[in-house]
Amino acid sequence: MKILVPIKRVVDYNVKVRVKSDQSGVETANVKMSMNPFDEIAVEEAIRLQEAGTAEEIIVVSIGVSQCQETIRTALAMGADRGILVETDQQVQPLAVAKILKHLVEKESPQLVIAGKQAIDDDNNQTGQMLAALLGWSQGTFASRLQLADGRLKLTREVDGGLETVSLSMPSVVTTDLRLNEPRFVKLPNIMKAKKKPLEVIPMDSLGLDTASRVKILKVEDPPHRAAGIKVASVEELIDKLKNEAKVI
Amino acid sequence: MAVLVVAEHDNAVLQEATLNAVTAALEIDSNVSVLVAGKGCAAVRDEAAKISGVSRVLVCEQDKYEHQLAEPLAGLIVSLADDYSHIIAAATSQGKNVLPRVAALLDVAPISDITDVVSADTFVRPIYAGNAIATVQSEDAIKVITIRPTTFEAAPADGGSAQTDVLTAPDDSSDYSRFVGEELTQSDRPELTSARIVVSGGRGMGSSENFQIVEALADKLNAAVGASRAAVDAGYVPNDYQVGQTGKVVAPDLYVAVGISGAIQHLAGMKDSKVIVAINKDEEAPIFQVADYGIVADLFDVVPKLTESL
Ligand SMILES: Cc1cc2nc3c(=O)[nH]c(=O)nc-3n(C[C@H](O)[C@H](O)[C@H](O)COP(=O)(O)OP(=O)(O)OC[C@H]3O[C@@H](n4cnc5c(N)ncnc54)[C@H](O)[C@@H]3O)c2cc1C
Repeated sequence: MKILVPIKRVVDYNVKVRVKSDQSGVETANVKMSMNPFDEIAVEEAIRLQEAGTAEEIIVVSIGVSQCQETIRTALAMGADRGILVETDQQVQPLAVAKILKHLVEKESPQLVIAGKQAIDDDNNQTGQMLAALLGWSQGTFASRLQLADGRLKLTREVDGGLETVSLSMPSVVTTDLRLNEPRFVKLPNIMKAKKKPLEVIPMDSLGLDTASRVKILKVEDPPHRAAGIKVASVEELIDKLKNEAKVI
Repeated sequence: MAVLVVAEHDNAVLQEATLNAVTAALEIDSNVSVLVAGKGCAAVRDEAAKISGVSRVLVCEQDKYEHQLAEPLAGLIVSLADDYSHIIAAATSQGKNVLPRVAALLDVAPISDITDVVSADTFVRPIYAGNAIATVQSEDAIKVITIRPTTFEAAPADGGSAQTDVLTAPDDSSDYSRFVGEELTQSDRPELTSARIVVSGGRGMGSSENFQIVEALADKLNAAVGASRAAVDAGYVPNDYQVGQTGKVVAPDLYVAVGISGAIQHLAGMKDSKVIVAINKDEEAPIFQVADYGIVADLFDVVPKLTESL
């Protein structure tokens, strides 16, 4: 079985972003970029399936600027076999991403796509579900456990009430939640090895797909500022403040 | 224009988040229908018909809708889409699962987790864990939207008398997903996302046994219990306790953060709370930058004292 894992290059989760003064977006120049953490979990899960003998090949795909090659190299250093960059300087929204991925799935014929449940920049939580819809495949979102058996996929999902287990037809699109696994650290020799792994670059325009934005970003602003309050010295003082000042208890 | 709200329920009761979704829908247009798809869900249908402001309730009962699986449910919603300008659900695990699938089948770009309706095609939504707020305009004919429940008041659960229509389900014999089972967290405490008071514990709790200190305080305050990701990852509490960018968003009158440092991912889920209390032994912890009242102290000292004194 082949597994395809889409990965996104995003502002690192430790960076507190700043809104641009012209309100066109957030500042990404000279900011540390990393692989979206949920995608790292997706890559890790694919590698574990390969180590267990279930998967033969892991293809990672990124869509975006040329520097996404670094993100792909990281996934290759973790253990993925080859990478594809669909290169563009354009902002690509989730629906267009899903269309591009559908195109690549049809070309590469994986049985399973493992994607992150959300990218921590736009916080959309859409792409996996949309890819499944476009392919006419089953979808298993927010996965915390994944087992293949008897030609189906048994998946435990993190839902608002707790956990839900479903059995999915194959092929399938799965999206990862935080508890699925803990991604491995990349070892130095593997970084060297990853440099030799194949990485194909395809210009997005050459695909002839409809990748136009459907959602116009009118402005991006700072959130309302929440001022720090006071420190209280004792439990008695806290209770007094909550009762008589804030009036919440 | 007409708005379709997808009800969230377990066939027995309507989830409160649906009431928030109805309010968002009414901000767009007064013609609001609610879809109740399920099995043996007559009680939910009746509840939905009583929501103030709802004109029509569409009911579709089939085995395949019993567990709200995304594939059949999306098929049903798509079959109704022609009659609507907007399709809305709450940004719960259920809404997030189903609506993007609906949108892709309609070839429209969904808009996730909106916090405000500016106009029928323009919405506000947080990005980057709430560190930036985007105003976005949809250029699609049908808008498919999930709404953040904490930012829309719940529509009154009573006062309405919507007409009820029974739908025939579209032909769909697909077998994508089968429900196997669920392990739902049982609790007599208020529901986390709608509770008036939330007490959350973090890595500082140190163990699941110690988490009882937080639970005792919560029970004294009639509060819900939440947690940071670190506390969930460590197995102190179940996953559904997680508050934050990638967990649940809460905005209670009072949020008490115990042994939580205040990472941006955590703040994303609670900084719209009215009053925030932080208990942390590290006075440099970022949680104090958003807390109205902070105590720099050992939680094992302060929290039991607090519980006792209340
Ligand atoms: C992709 C991604 C998504 C994430 N999503 C979320 C999310 O949704 N929600 C979330 O919460 N996090 C999320 N995180 C994790 C987040 O970055 C932090 O790691 C996490 O919030 C830290 O949890 P914590 O504050 O409990 O632990 P820590 O940061 O370790 O803080 C523990 C705090 O407890 C204090 N403490 C320890 N002992 C005591 C004591 N005896 N008395 C008083 N204080 C004490 C310490 O001083 C410290 O401030 C996410 C991270 C990533 C990468």
